[in-house]
Amino acid sequence: MLKIENLKASLEEEDKQILKGIDLEIGEGEVHAIMGPNGSGKSTLSYVLSGKGGYVVDGGSASLDGADLLDMEPEERAAEGLFLAFQYPVEIPGVGNMTFLRTAVNSQRKMRGEEELNAAEFLKLVRARAKDLKIDADMLKRPVNVGFSGGEKKRNEILQMAMLEPKMCILDETDSGLDVDAMKLVSEGVNAMRDGKRSFLVITHYQRLLDHIKPDVVHIMAAGKIIKSGGPELALQVENEGYADLLNEVA
Amino acid sequence: MALAANNIDATEALIAAYPAPSGEGKWASDARVRALTTLRQSGAPVRRDEYWKFTNPARLLEPAKPAAILEADEVPVFEDTDKLLVVFVDGVFRADLSDDLTMEGVEIETLASAMSKDIHWAADIYGVLEANGQNPVSRPLAALNTAVATEGLVIHVTGKASKPIALRYIRSGADTDVMVHNVIKLDAGADLTLLESGPAAARFNSSLEVEIADSAALHHVRTQGRDHERLAATHMFARLGKESRFKSFTVTVNGVLTRNEAVIEFTGDDAFATVSGASAGDGAYHHDDTVFVTHDALNCESRQVFKKVLRNGATGVFQGKILVPSHAQKTDGYQIAQGMLLEDDCTFLAKPELEIYADDVICSHGSTCGAVDETALFYLTSRGVPKDQAQDMLVLAFMDESIQEIEDTALADEIRERLGGWVERHKD
Ligand SMILES: Nc1ncnc2c1ncn2[C@@H]1O[C@H](COP(=O)(O)OP(=O)(O)OP(=O)(O)O)[C@@H](O)[C@H]1O
Ligand SMILES: [Mg+2]
Repeated sequence: MLKIENLKASLEEEDKQILKGIDLEIGEGEVHAIMGPNGSGKSTLSYVLSGKGGYVVDGGSASLDGADLLDMEPEERAAEGLFLAFQYPVEIPGVGNMTFLRTAVNSQRKMRGEEELNAAEFLKLVRARAKDLKIDADMLKRPVNVGFSGGEKKRNEILQMAMLEPKMCILDETDSGLDVDAMKLVSEGVNAMRDGKRSFLVITHYQRLLDHIKPDVVHIMAAGKIIKSGGPELALQVENEGYADLLNEVA
Repeated sequence: MALAANNIDATEALIAAYPAPSGEGKWASDARVRALTTLRQSGAPVRRDEYWKFTNPARLLEPAKPAAILEADEVPVFEDTDKLLVVFVDGVFRADLSDDLTMEGVEIETLASAMSKDIHWAADIYGVLEANGQNPVSRPLAALNTAVATEGLVIHVTGKASKPIALRYIRSGADTDVMVHNVIKLDAGADLTLLESGPAAARFNSSLEVEIADSAALHHVRTQGRDHERLAATHMFARLGKESRFKSFTVTVNGVLTRNEAVIEFTGDDAFATVSGASAGDGAYHHDDTVFVTHDALNCESRQVFKKVLRNGATGVFQGKILVPSHAQKTDGYQIAQGMLLEDDCTFLAKPELEIYADDVICSHGSTCGAVDETALFYLTSRGVPKDQAQDMLVLAFMDESIQEIEDTALADEIRERLGGWVERHKD
């Protein structure tokens, strides 16, 4: 599904390399988690994969089902099936949430040569998905993320994911800012989308989320590299002991 | 201060360019004489004048040059609105193309008819609000309009108008020079929506004087455009009584030079006024909003919300002032002017001014200018929205704050749709 080889990337504005050779392979239907200290480059990895400007790829490759991601525009990556749930979802005053969602869904369908959803079909679908995530109709009418609480923004990301039905989902700290109930709700939303084919990369600081969304592999990222990979027990180790020992191990 | 010799010549040439009205009632000729005196004292506008620094008035002073007429590729503006339609072709009222000028709660008369009478209520407004608005900043093109305009309507609103009055300014001649002057008087508690649309002329000078009595309301939505080479100088003078409301919105797309001045004066307590606009220009486009709001009463609220989208070297100007004398306590004044520059070679010039002498007021102003927000653009594209479409969404979203000032949602939606069309036609 997602294959990253020796990916190196720097900031465009400063001469500073953030990703220093990432290797990561996520197979079909797998859930991988990335943990790591603040500033280790987790969000940067998600941005470089989804095509945000401001970064320069210094080397390496990233592909989704064999298609070279790094060569594509962000919207093309989305149409290929890549999705990023943002650590900090963006507020866009003046753009209605519904208009945005419908445009996004239909743009992707169009790019893939599929039939667009008409207004009624779309509305039916979005209502059902919103209900599952306990997002009320009023929130859908508001401008994108404007006036949403931290947790509402995260739920809105998952709603977008549910509507767009991507094949590779990256969740960047979707659990931060969620209350206990919302965390359960969001995890259920994610688990409902696990169909044996769709893959997930879950970036988190807390083992708690991984109790709900059970990962197949856990990676530890530090200073722009993946320094250790293992099973779910690695997340428990981080939870109990912090990163110090792990960092010393590699040093 | 004496005028420079070349300005005396320019001023006389400006006056001579229009036929001198004659055979009118006394009130009308008195108003004309007053306006001519004002104009000869201030002289034609020049670049050196404080409020003409950002906009060169030279082209507004020359006789109209031939300007291309844009083919009608859009449905007429306000087509779906139930309205009383009044048509002017090249600035001349056309009864044959207009609806019957009768409506319950409203008395409508042509300016020429009102001016032929010796006594008319319009004498208290015509040229009077304009004269008030000449201080502290002179507005020579408005004085000129008062001195020579013979076309327009005088509208007396006595109750709640059952539908909007829509003035449509059709342009047929290439080098038309058109002057229109409308006067509106709203009695206490009266309510009217006034719509204006159409390119009007190669060079258009329009003046609107509005007296809004206690608890009355005037809603005004105007579209200017879409001819590229046309010039326009417009003035709007409004005087607001106690608890009255005035909402005016202008959308301007295209036009090589547009100067829209608004002069708002609160004379009664607890009144509300908003003057707002969205403008969009590509290439040879210079658009100027100059607004002057005076709070001469207690607890009034004024809003100025202007958004300008600029492409390919286009220029946007905003000059807005809120004046709050010491007795105008509890004033709430809001002012925002923002430019969105889609290319680096565009210019947005803003001069927001607050002049406040009262101590118990809330006044805020802001002015920003920048490109499309990259973070928002990435968010939209990362969801699969193609970049150009995402940019269009953000451009329209940017203008939306001003459109939200329009009270009628159907009219606001029509404006959104038209701006959507403009954005669609003006791409890289
Ligand atoms: N645009 C930028 N300008 C300057 N520094 C940046 C920029 N983007 C990322 N960085 C730096 O790159 C490093 C990695 O940042 P990144 O956001 O990827 O970390 P992270 O692992 O996601 O951290 P966190 O756990 O706090 O979310 C940090 O040192 C950060 O300050
Ligand atoms: Mg991060």
